[in-house]
Amino acid sequence: MAELVLTAKGLSRRFGGLFANKDVSLDLHRGVLHAVLGPNGAGKSTLINLLSGDLPPTNGQILYRDQDISGWSPDKRSRAGIGRSYQRTNIFPAFTAFENCRLAAQSRAPRALRILSKAQGYADLAEAADRALEQAGLAERRDMVASTLSHGEQRQLEIAMVLATRPSVLLLDEPLAGMGSEESQAMVALLQKLSPDHAILLVEHDMDAVFAVADVITVMVAGQVLESGPPEQIRASIAVQEAYLGGGESDNE
Amino acid sequence: MPAAVKKRRNALLLILFVLALFPLFGSAYYNELLAKIMIMAIFAMSLDLLVGFTGLVSFGHAAFFGVAAYAVVLVSPKYDPGNLLVVLPAAIFSAAAVAFVVGLFVLRTKGIYFIMVTLAFAQMIYFVFHDSPLGGGSDGVFLNVKPELRIGETLLLDLGSPSQFYYLVLLFLVVAYVFLRVLLRSPLGHALAGIKSNEHRMLSLGFPVFLYKLAGFVAAGGLAGLAGFLSACQFGFVTPEILSWHQSGNVLLMVILGGMGTLNGAAIGAFAFVVLQEVFSSVTKHWQFLMGGMIVLVVMLLPGGLSSLPRRLRGLLIGGGTHG
Repeated sequence: MAELVLTAKGLSRRFGGLFANKDVSLDLHRGVLHAVLGPNGAGKSTLINLLSGDLPPTNGQILYRDQDISGWSPDKRSRAGIGRSYQRTNIFPAFTAFENCRLAAQSRAPRALRILSKAQGYADLAEAADRALEQAGLAERRDMVASTLSHGEQRQLEIAMVLATRPSVLLLDEPLAGMGSEESQAMVALLQKLSPDHAILLVEHDMDAVFAVADVITVMVAGQVLESGPPEQIRASIAVQEAYLGGGESDNE
Repeated sequence: MPAAVKKRRNALLLILFVLALFPLFGSAYYNELLAKIMIMAIFAMSLDLLVGFTGLVSFGHAAFFGVAAYAVVLVSPKYDPGNLLVVLPAAIFSAAAVAFVVGLFVLRTKGIYFIMVTLAFAQMIYFVFHDSPLGGGSDGVFLNVKPELRIGETLLLDLGSPSQFYYLVLLFLVVAYVFLRVLLRSPLGHALAGIKSNEHRMLSLGFPVFLYKLAGFVAAGGLAGLAGFLSACQFGFVTPEILSWHQSGNVLLMVILGGMGTLNGAAIGAFAFVVLQEVFSSVTKHWQFLMGGMIVLVVMLLPGGLSSLPRRLRGLLIGGGTHG
């Protein structure tokens, strides 16, 4: 069995009277790509926000390598190795692609007190940044200002920044959203390459991509887990078909 | 880019040269005015670290300036010159310490709340000095003898001498400028720029954003303390007015007038503000009316402040050339 890295136990998040997440449990293992599917409003982004610490849970527990991290701040979780990307591009628009990633890498090697040194002078950070850009397919855009990149490239940069922090868990919120087909294929290839050494949670609408890369799929509806299992099981599940095709919710593909 | 850096360096060296030679030709009045401008330039640059580079609009920056100025008087002996090596660190340390305590509270707020809470803290400190006998109450307090630097029996530096004081201020202006430039290119400086650009992402990348902001806040407070120290030494008396919200507003206006986030802009803004204040107040006692109009004009016509003027002019000339 693969190494268990991150566990959600009975996570709930209530906004007023509405449960955005209700009693959600799932396990993330190293080397296992775990995809979360569900119609809009199913609570997928809320789940990522709970795991990354952007939102505190109303109930439930989050364990990271057997430690209860439910009360940890987002920056502490990030430093522990839980990296996340955002559905809406969340970068430093005025910096170059390289500086976006260099700064991300700097978060792993805080040198805040070395105020006499040059931030740009650390070879290890520059290397980490360049490797991340290379992995995300942005090496050629290294010195371009992030806001001048195309939408798809900004999505790639979003991933590159997470990679530059060298996380052991990747929480990816719709990394393919708004990407062209070529960029999507490259991203799928990247996910496959990253999968063996990382525990990945992938929230994605692109069914083809999900079924191509996922080892485990969890389907959420109305904040709750409907079904969880290997892709074949999900594909065959009658409950999932009903949730997607019936009940007024259209297929999001 | 290196060409632009070189150009900037040459311009700065030229300015330094002019400032260094000025006392040989200028009258006592102008020397004093120029020293005052340089002190305000240090003060404005320290605020620019927060406003222009970290995105923290502090409306209480005079508190640190004022606390340091009071520290100068309170630490100095009553009828003897204080020791520069004691008074200066004491002034900077007290300003930085107050910035640390204030920062612990105000940095938990954002945006408009941050502006208001920094203002509130500064006013609290203002009233401590205004209403208690600690610093002579509302009348303020005199610094009877200015500090000096003496090693053994030899007097190396006497801040009571206008020319020695002038060059000390010039030295500290250079030190403050170099300190900030070095700080800004360091990992801390890059992190502060990241916080200004996208604080939320900095958190999710794992930066302890609060601690970084606190470090920047304390550094800015300490530098403001340096300016406060110099100001107390220049004028020889300290009143609560120097830490009132007018002073906080003035230094914020200097930064805006010169252009935020450039460092040079803050210094240019301080120069323009003090000179305009002199000119306008010699014309009319309602000089604040003219000053207000001037600032509105600059903000409307020159969003990047006075320091963006050369670039704009160049753009205008080149743009005009291609059309003509």
